[in-house]
Order: sequence, then C-alpha cells, then structure tokens
Amino acid sequence: MIRLTNLTKRYGSFTAVDGIDLEVPSGELFGFLGPNGAGKTTTLRMIAGILKPTSGVVEIGGDDLERKPRKAKTRMGFIPDRPFVYDKLTGAEFLRFVAALYGQEGPAIERRMDELLKLFDLAPWKDELTESYSHGMRQKLIISSALIHQPEVIVVDEPMVGLDPKSARLLKDLFREFTSRGGTILMSTHTLEVAEDMCDRIGIIQGGKIVACGTMAELRHQFAAGDASLEDLFLRLTGGTPELELGHVFDR
Amino acid sequence: MSSTAELLVVPVPDPGVGTVLLPKWRTALARVRQEHSGTPLKLLLLALVAAGFWSAVFTVAYRVLKYARSAPEIGSFLPQKMLGVILLAFASILLLSNLVTALSTFFLAKDLDMLIAAPIDWMRLYLAKLGETVAHSSWMVALLAIPIFTAYGIVYDGGPWFWLVALGAFVPFLLLPAVLGAVITLVLVNVFPARRTRDLLSLVAIGAMAIVVVTLRVLQPERLARPEGFRNLVDFLGALQSPTSPFLPTEWTADIIMNWLNRVADPLPIALLWSTAGAFVVLGALAHKRLYRNGFTKAQEGAEQYVRGKRWPRIASRLLGGLPVAKREFIIKDVLLFFRDTTQWSQLILLAVLLLVYIFNIRALPLFTGERVSVLLVTMVVFLNLALAGFVLAAIAARFVFPSVSLEGKQLWLLCSSPLDLEALMWSKYWTGTVPLLVLALLITGVTNVLLQASPFMMAVSIGTITLYTLATSALALCFGTLFPQFDTENAAQIPTSFGGLVYMMASVCLLGVVIALEARPVLQFVRANQAGVPLELDLPMAVMFGASAVLCLASTLIALRIGLRRIREIDA
Repeated sequence: MIRLTNLTKRYGSFTAVDGIDLEVPSGELFGFLGPNGAGKTTTLRMIAGILKPTSGVVEIGGDDLERKPRKAKTRMGFIPDRPFVYDKLTGAEFLRFVAALYGQEGPAIERRMDELLKLFDLAPWKDELTESYSHGMRQKLIISSALIHQPEVIVVDEPMVGLDPKSARLLKDLFREFTSRGGTILMSTHTLEVAEDMCDRIGIIQGGKIVACGTMAELRHQFAAGDASLEDLFLRLTGGTPELELGHVFDR
Repeated sequence: MSSTAELLVVPVPDPGVGTVLLPKWRTALARVRQEHSGTPLKLLLLALVAAGFWSAVFTVAYRVLKYARSAPEIGSFLPQKMLGVILLAFASILLLSNLVTALSTFFLAKDLDMLIAAPIDWMRLYLAKLGETVAHSSWMVALLAIPIFTAYGIVYDGGPWFWLVALGAFVPFLLLPAVLGAVITLVLVNVFPARRTRDLLSLVAIGAMAIVVVTLRVLQPERLARPEGFRNLVDFLGALQSPTSPFLPTEWTADIIMNWLNRVADPLPIALLWSTAGAFVVLGALAHKRLYRNGFTKAQEGAEQYVRGKRWPRIASRLLGGLPVAKREFIIKDVLLFFRDTTQWSQLILLAVLLLVYIFNIRALPLFTGERVSVLLVTMVVFLNLALAGFVLAAIAARFVFPSVSLEGKQLWLLCSSPLDLEALMWSKYWTGTVPLLVLALLITGVTNVLLQASPFMMAVSIGTITLYTLATSALALCFGTLFPQFDTENAAQIPTSFGGLVYMMASVCLLGVVIALEARPVLQFVRANQAGVPLELDLPMAVMFGASAVLCLASTLIALRIGLRRIREIDA
C-alpha cells in the first residue's frame, strides 16, 4: 500500500534521508523508530506530500505521489506531530473544511463528524473556536480530521504526544481496528512500549538510513539479541548510551 | 561534595536587564547576518530604497524649512511650530504603536514563560520589557526623525553638538509613550483577557488613527497655505504662534531643539522632559509591581467565547454553489478567518476613512469655483487621479492580498497533504482578493471622475485602465507574497511591511508608471483635439499605446500568477 523507492532528501550538503526503500502492505501497522534528527519526520512529510523529495518515488496504493498527487493523497490521512489548526475556526468548521478538501460534504460527512467528535470527547466543544482548545484537544481534532474522509492509509507522526491515557488507549484500539479492516498505518514514535505493543513490523532509522527492519522476532533473530526488549535493541542499533556518572549533575 | 561540584558552583549575580535582553539582541544580529548573506541584489535594493527614502524626506524637510525660515513675519516661529506638529504626530503614532507592542512584549511573547519562571527581579524584567517595547515600536519613527533633524541642524547650522542635543531630547520623548502604552495595556489586561485586549487594542488603535486622519482633514491644513482665507493677519499669526499646549512633552522636546538652534539658554524644558520621563518610568514600575502578576495570569486565560458569523457560511455555500466543494469551502474559510480576526478586519475601518478623505480631497479641489476651467487642466487632474487611485489600490492589495499566502503559515501541512490542487488554492486566493479590490477600484475611479466632471473619453480610459491594472496589481501582490512568505509571523498587520512587501510595492508602482507613461500620449492627443475643436480620431499610434498598456497589464497578471504558482509548488511546508 505504501512503497518508497530510493527516497532521498538533501538540504544543501546535508542528507536528511538517504535512499530509503520500504514497502508497507495493506493491513499492516509499521512503526518507524529512530533517535532525534534521524530523518523520521522528514520521511513522513515526504510521504504526506508536504516536502518534495530530492529523488526517489513515493507510491500510495500504487499511485505515484509526484505524478498522480490528487489520487494518491485522496487515499491518505496525515497526522502531524504538531497540532497546528486554524485558530479562528470552530472544531466542527475545521472538520467540515478538511472533508471539503477531500471533495466530501453533505449529511454523511455531518454524521461522521458528529461520530468522531463524540468518540474523542470533543462534542461539547464542537462550536468553540479551536484557539480555546488545549494541546490534547487539538491533537484529537487533527486525528479526527485525518479520519473524516475514510482514508485507506494513515501516516502519523508521534500520535500519543499530548493525549491523556484514555485517548491514547482509544487511539490504539482505533488503529488496531483500522488495520484489521485492511487499512495501512505508517507511524513514527519515540514511545518504544507503544511500538512494541502495536506494530506488526518496525523499522529503525539512523542517519537517514533504515538500519534494521522486521517483526520483533525477526529483529531479535537478526541481531542475536535473545529475548531483548525493543529498548535494548534500539539503543544497541542507534549507538546506545554509555554508562555515565550522573551524580555531579545534581551536586550543589 | 565532590571537587568537580565545587568547581561548578560559581556564585552568579541575579540576571540583569542585559541578560534578559541578550537572546533578542542575538536574534536581531542573526537576522542582520542572514540579510547580509542574501543576494547582493537584495542588499543593493535595500540600500537604494533606504537612501532614496532618506534623501526624499531630507530634501522635502530641508526645502520646506528653508522656505519657512525665510518667510517674512512668521519665519522666526514657523519652524518651531512645524517641529511641534511633527513631534505631536510622532507621539500619536508612538502611543498607538506602544499600546499594541506592549501587549505582545509584556503578555503574549513566547519567552515570557521562561522569564517568569526564572528568578529574575521584577524591576529588571520590567526595564528589559520596556526597553524591548521602545525598540520595537519606535525604530520606524526614529528612522524618519533622522533626516528631519538633519534638515533642522543644517538649516540652522546647529554644529556638531546638535546631534547630542537632539538625542538627549528624543530619548525621553520615546520613553514617555512607551511607559504610557505599557501602563494602559497593563490596566486593560487586568480588566479583559489578553486575547480580547488584543482585539480591543486593534480596534482602539485603528479607530484612533481614523479619528486623527479625519481630524487633520477637517482642520483643512491647506488653509495655512492660503493666508487670505483667514479673517485677518492677526488671526493667522495667532493660529501659528499659540503653542499646542505648554504641558505637552512634544512642546518641551521642540523647545530643547529650537533653543539650541536659536542659541537660547533655557534649562527648563530639559528639566521638565527628563524629570517627567523619569517619573513616568518609576510610576510605570510601581504599577507593574502591583498589577503585572495578576495581569499575566489573566493573559493565560480566555479565548474568544463568542463565535462570529456562524450562519453565513450556509448563505455563502448557496451563493458559491456552482464551484467545486473544495474551492467553495476554501473561499468560505478565508472569508471567515478574515472577519473573525480583529487585527485584519479592523483595517477596513481605516481603509474606509482614508477613501472618504480621498474622495473629500477630490471634491475640495478648487477646480469648479465658477470660473471657466480649461479641458487641459481637468483632463490632467483626471489622469493624475487615475495614477493616484492606482497607487491607493496597490497599497490596499499590499495590506490584504500580499499576506494571504503567508497567513496559511503553520496550516500549510494540511493543504499540502490534502488532494487540493495548489492551483485551485492560488486561484481562490486571487479571486477572493481581486473581486473586492476591483469593486473598490471601479467605485473610487467612477465617483471621483463624476466629481471631476470627466469627459466620456477620460471616463472610459480610467475605467478600462484601472480594471486591467487592478487585475495585474492583485496578481503581483499574490506572486510576491508567495515569493517572500512570512509563515512565522503572529501579527498579520506586520506582513505588508516586510522586505517582500516593499519589493511588491516597488514593482507595482513601476507597472503603474509605465502604464501611465504609455497612455499619456493618447490623452494628450485627446486634449489637443478638444482644444482645436475637432473630433478625436482613433489612429494607429493611439491604438498601439492603449494596446501596449492592456497587454502589459494582462502579461503582468498571467506571468505573476504563473510564477506564484510555480513557487507555491516548491514551498517545503
């Protein structure tokens, strides 16, 4: 459903994403892990069509994002890491606007909007301007907006940031339900427990390159890690952290 | 405690005003460095604009001052009166500017959470933020004051120490409105939530500006150029001689400068100005100590509760029913955001007032006072009016069309990741801006031409030209807005004053100049035919000139839109 071929992004002489090849089939939740500045968000923003790749191809459901952007984007819902919405629109107006961007309107959209707002406990605030929403409420509104047009693929950057435990649980359940119905999710996260718990396969990115990819069992086997946790594996693959004497940080 | 720890513990003094302002100073330096690392063409353009602006202001100030000083009877006090009026105008602008700036620096700035949480003495925080407010709100006035003071210094031969005197008079002059603005903002924030205060201040600022414009116009300053309009000479001199008010700091500032230039030793204005400024800073600090904590807490609260314009999207949906859903909702979204953002829609008030004054000025022209007026004169005025209307439209497009792409800013992720065609986005932005601009253009030109009793030929030329020019200037505004986007700005009103805004205005004025130059010959041909009493013949040169003007406008429109579209596709959101 998502296919990346030799995807590269350079900023001057700096290579942020270095020739990534990846395929995420229908019904799979793929977790994208990596340390800060490894190239996760850049990759996701290229897949969402926000950043133009320096080279390489992004295909969504077989449609090349560069050649058939409208067709490819219609299949996709994108949830960014920072919930920027129009401050002077109400929650309902924002969802209606996003649906319209995907060419959808009418009673079916109104019903779906009400369902999503209710699901995320936003119904009481649907007619309030989003400038009065908290960070978590904005995040939930953006998640709702990514679902409003019933996408086949969800690309999501750090979905759990700002969510309360109830909403985080709800999102996990929603994602599971989505993939069980054949949907595809590409998710980047720093929360290794979430990745271990939810993802069918995991890719670890370091310096713009995928340095490991597979199921948890495959990764353990690949790196002869026994029954190591994802955290141990991650630290091993990304350079780990040396044993530091930290006491002096708090000395007075 | 370990030896490493002992080395780490270095007693540091409380963070001072300089420490608090250091990040701002470093940011300003980094910006300047970025500007310097830009293309040489950009730098050259900036230098040329700055030099041109200063030269123009200096030349006008110098000539007017020279003339005023040599005027018989009134030459001894007219320059002082002029300085008083200039400083009074500066003070009004500064007070309004400080009101809006103080709200940002004291209550809405992003660094406040960190500063308030840090162990910084309240007085130092106050002084640092006051300094920031003065710098942000006064730099434009200070830049404008330089060529004016230079003109005074040269005309009066003020000597090398004049600059020190001018600086000594100008610094407390800048401080006073800053303290006053900060105190008014402080009180307002304690009464209203900060976001409502911002709306309120935008309205107050724009409303006050509108009142100043109307007042200045109603005072009919042109009467001063026609002393015969006064009942007698005594009235005229009386109007000039009377000080605006002996209690106004602007008068004290003018007195300090003029006393130096006239070699009069009078320490009173210096003492008055400095002691008042000092007292204001102290009183401002006391008010800050008493009210700031509560005000800052209130500034964290209260977004807008009342949602304006909930019903009319349905009406607009019906009106725009023929458009595809994405385009239609995009236009509705743009209009909703415009009318819900007070900092944006309130500019319409000022626009309406300026337009009224513009039409009033045309009406006040002494063209039809009973005497027979030549066709040449009327045609010239109508033609110049066309140029002036074009300039006004370019300025309005700079205010409303130029910022439209920048305003998508942080939400561009949504548009780029959606299947919305960016071409549709550009067209929506273009027509949403152009249609009201065109209505306005036709209204201004039509009404003023009727007032000027323009001939049918000139009416047709004006309407045709202004229509094509409006299409072009709007496209240029959108194009330059896309080429020089300001995605990180928090105040839409600041976008037109950016470098890109300046370049747009220059491009637009150049286009206007060429269009007017092309049409000057056919217009002259019309005047000659009229003077000779023969009917005007549409010959080839006339058709070529009008055709070239039309082609130029249309080509500018299409090329600008194409460049804008290509650029928006390349923007990495």
